[in-house]
Amino acid sequence: MSVLASQALAQLAAAPAPSPVPASGSFSLTVWLVLLPLIGAAVLLLSGRRADPWGHLVGVAASVASFLVAVVLFFSLQGHAGDERSIGQHLFSWVPVAGFHVDAGLLLDPLSMAFVLLITGVGSLIHIYSVGYMSHDAGRRRFFGYLNLFVAAMLLLVLADGYLLLYVGWEGVGLASYLLIGFWTFKPTAATAAKKAFVVNRVGDVGLGLAIMLMFATFGTTSFVGVLGNADFVSSGTLTAIGLLLLLGACGKSAQAPLQTWLLDAMEGPTPVSALIHAATMVTAGVYLVVRSGPIFDLAPDARLAVTIVGAVTLSMGALIGCAKDDIKKVLAASTMSQIGYMVLAAGLGPAGYAIAILHLLTHGFFKAGMFLGAGSVMHALDDEVDMRRYGGLRKVMPITFVTFGLGYLAIIGLPPFSGFFSKDKIIEAAFDKGGTSGWVLGTTALVAAGVTAFYMTRLMAMTFFGEARWAKGAHPHEAPSVMTAPMVVLAIGSVCAGGLLVLGGSLQNWLEPVVGQSVEVGAHTISPTVLTLITLLVVGGGVAGGWVVFGRRSIPVTAPAAGPLVVAARRDLYGDAANEALLMRPGQWLTRWLVWFDGRGVDGFVNGLAATIGGGSARLRRWQTGFVRSYALSMFGGAALVVAAVLVVRL
Amino acid sequence: MSPDWWLYLSAALFSVGAAGVLLRRNAIVVFMCVELMLNAVNLTLVTFSRINGDLDGQIIAFFVMVVAAAEVVVGLAIIVTIFRTRRTASLDEANLLKY
Amino acid sequence: MTSLTLNSLALAASHMSTAETVGFWILAPIALLGALGVIFARSAVHAGLLLGLVMLSLGVVYGVQDAQFLMFVQLIVYAGAVMSLFLFVLMLVGIDSSDSLVETLRAQRPLALLLGLGFAVLLVAGIADATTGTTSAGLEEANADGNVLGLAKLLFTRYVFAFELTSALLITAALGAMVLTHREKIGPKLTQKMMMQERVRGGRPSPLPGPGVFARSNAVGTPALLPDGTAASESVSPSVAQTLAGRGVESVVGRHPATIDAQPAPVEPESFEAESFQPETFEAEPFEWAPSSPESPPEPEPATTEEDA
Repeated sequence: MSVLASQALAQLAAAPAPSPVPASGSFSLTVWLVLLPLIGAAVLLLSGRRADPWGHLVGVAASVASFLVAVVLFFSLQGHAGDERSIGQHLFSWVPVAGFHVDAGLLLDPLSMAFVLLITGVGSLIHIYSVGYMSHDAGRRRFFGYLNLFVAAMLLLVLADGYLLLYVGWEGVGLASYLLIGFWTFKPTAATAAKKAFVVNRVGDVGLGLAIMLMFATFGTTSFVGVLGNADFVSSGTLTAIGLLLLLGACGKSAQAPLQTWLLDAMEGPTPVSALIHAATMVTAGVYLVVRSGPIFDLAPDARLAVTIVGAVTLSMGALIGCAKDDIKKVLAASTMSQIGYMVLAAGLGPAGYAIAILHLLTHGFFKAGMFLGAGSVMHALDDEVDMRRYGGLRKVMPITFVTFGLGYLAIIGLPPFSGFFSKDKIIEAAFDKGGTSGWVLGTTALVAAGVTAFYMTRLMAMTFFGEARWAKGAHPHEAPSVMTAPMVVLAIGSVCAGGLLVLGGSLQNWLEPVVGQSVEVGAHTISPTVLTLITLLVVGGGVAGGWVVFGRRSIPVTAPAAGPLVVAARRDLYGDAANEALLMRPGQWLTRWLVWFDGRGVDGFVNGLAATIGGGSARLRRWQTGFVRSYALSMFGGAALVVAAVLVVRL
Repeated sequence: MSPDWWLYLSAALFSVGAAGVLLRRNAIVVFMCVELMLNAVNLTLVTFSRINGDLDGQIIAFFVMVVAAAEVVVGLAIIVTIFRTRRTASLDEANLLKY
Repeated sequence: MTSLTLNSLALAASHMSTAETVGFWILAPIALLGALGVIFARSAVHAGLLLGLVMLSLGVVYGVQDAQFLMFVQLIVYAGAVMSLFLFVLMLVGIDSSDSLVETLRAQRPLALLLGLGFAVLLVAGIADATTGTTSAGLEEANADGNVLGLAKLLFTRYVFAFELTSALLITAALGAMVLTHREKIGPKLTQKMMMQERVRGGRPSPLPGPGVFARSNAVGTPALLPDGTAASESVSPSVAQTLAGRGVESVVGRHPATIDAQPAPVEPESFEAESFQPETFEAEPFEWAPSSPESPPEPEPATTEEDA
């Protein structure tokens, strides 16, 4: 099997990346994908309070218009043959330095198209939802401005035709994420969480930046065509370095271990933000980066192995944390971490997994966004209460939210025929098919985590919608207005159908084939797919049953009971923050303190001491400059005497 | 008696002149001591001329005299100027250029 | 060192005549003592005169050493012109500005004496070392056509360029001296008409009385006598009166003639700096005197000036 795989790899590597077809006709609209939300953001952020009454409509219009352009482009792209579905649009010459020439250009290919549709589609739904969710917020116009800014930056990220322009979008979404997490600036926790997200993301960005520099040093260019097309001419050591640096960037943006800590705190932002940025789109940018850089990872097996390890570790951590959290948004955030871990794991499996990773990304985008919106709806109904121990019995009060959330729940636990089943099942299968010890370890991890996922999602459902009502006094839960429920319904439909639609007839795989290559059909599966599916369903069923037994049948205490060490650890994010503090912050503080001391006493002491010595010496020395001519004459005469004496000594 | 004796006399005069430059404070007297040193050197040159048996030494002594005349003119003019502004010819009074 | 000197003396004995030896022993002490006098004389004038003595004796030494031309240049230019210039400036600056004996610079005096002595020892040692075994060639051959002719031949052939340069040097020095001593004009230049007007309006159109008029002495310090027998203060030049005051000499100007001999009023020695070049203050002083009595005719004494260094 490994021989076959390596042959396929070699084939794949040998095939150069198709150079994009110049944009013409309707494809010249590509740039408007980015421009429309950007203009929306500019209008909203620059027009001031005048725009408060109608600003949110501009934001929604910009997002929806962008979505319509994306649909038009999608159908235009379908009109092309598979090999010609890569459309490049040159915008302007960006960095015209002698040895370094970077053009700003857009690349619309099937992979970008999938992301564009997800971003604009889900983004538009969340824009609409936000109209209702933020209706009482004084900063609604600003909120929509930031949302539009985010959409523009995210579209730039996925449409860029080179790593440098991608980096611009990458930083743009980071900025938008920072602004939106800290949107409620009056909350110190929100401000801290925003800062934390920003700082942790910078760590990853340094990795991406270094990767881009290394690419330029190696390939002399940073465009996808130039880098990916020439990857097989470069030593595997360099490629491994680039791959690991890219992985570091992906870890930061996608909240993968060890840079996962920011995502849970990022839930301080408004719920639509959590749904759009921290569930459906931005956090998946890391997956996009890995898949886009597939040719590099294909030739660097060590980097790929690292990707799978990161994915497996993160998906386990996310699942564990999700079991213990009482904050509904944090459970969903942990779940997001875990699901992105699945995607990263799949992306790390190489050509076999790229399409599956994207598939899971798309389905996850639907059901997780839908669940976040549902959570937002619940919070909206219960006066922004996030503690699930204060929920309970909401299914009768909020039927639409319950149904849409429930469909998302069924999708995420992977019950057929809901969308999560198709994607997650395939990831587990592909992990086992990797073969060898690593395949077994990864597959088992993914399988067990699927059961844990089912457990904690069942827990969430049980604590929120079932059981007795544990609402706070004076709470009057009610169903959300239709402007909020409509997007939830649409996303719920997506949660149900997306998986099936994308998998039936291998439609997504065929669509992505020009970009990620044909997924290798291995002749012999480690475990027969049918058997594996049955095992997976059995495990998931066990998780659901366990969750129901523990949380559905018993009454839930309003305050969290004391628990064992594992639960305590999960409640504290598996000590991620503590580890960061102990490993990075404290030593960093010691280092800076020592540096300050060294700078103050050592460097400054030396410099100041030198200056003081010279200054003091000069102050004494200058006393020789008495201004008395006769003193000077005495010195000169003494010198002359010395010269005469020296001459005499030499002569005698 | 050897012409060396004139040289010893010249050395003595030169040293006395140098000591005078260091000891006296009146600018004019110091200037006189400088002239004394120049004269001592002239004596040396004349004696060398005699020892060597040619007149080059005397020529150089002649030039020294010319230069000394020019120097006296300028030096005394400077002293007069200083005196006019500071009302004193003491070297120790003109000590503004110091630390 | 002594043995070295004796050695060289013995070797070069044949080149030095007895007359020269005698001349040396006469002139050398004069020159050396004169030089020492220059640096130890308190009065600058004395120092100048002693320097003249040294120069004169050196001129004679040149003559003894077959340098007749230089002898005359030394006597005329140095002992004559340069020393005159020195004394002239000395008088301009003020002969009474004698050095104080207190040395203000720390360790200057002992160090200067030590260095002077040490330098002399070093030079003597050097000369003794360098001239050991040398013989004097003498100038009989070079001065065959006469010293002046020999010098002129050299000066206008080998040294002609340097000779021409000295002319530039002298002209530059003359210009420099003029520039240095030039005074900036502060007020407008007085025309003859302005001076005449000033004199008429000044209250005294007539000439001032000369000193010594009707007095028993015509020294510049002696004021003229007015018809009533009192002294006329205007008759003594302000500069003379100021100098006299500066030296603490009692001035008879402005005092009743009867008191001149009886009680010399103590005159405060005024500081030279405060009063110099300010004749107005002198003239502005109140001119008080009582009418004289016929019994005591005025007998103004000529002011005695003490020659002080």
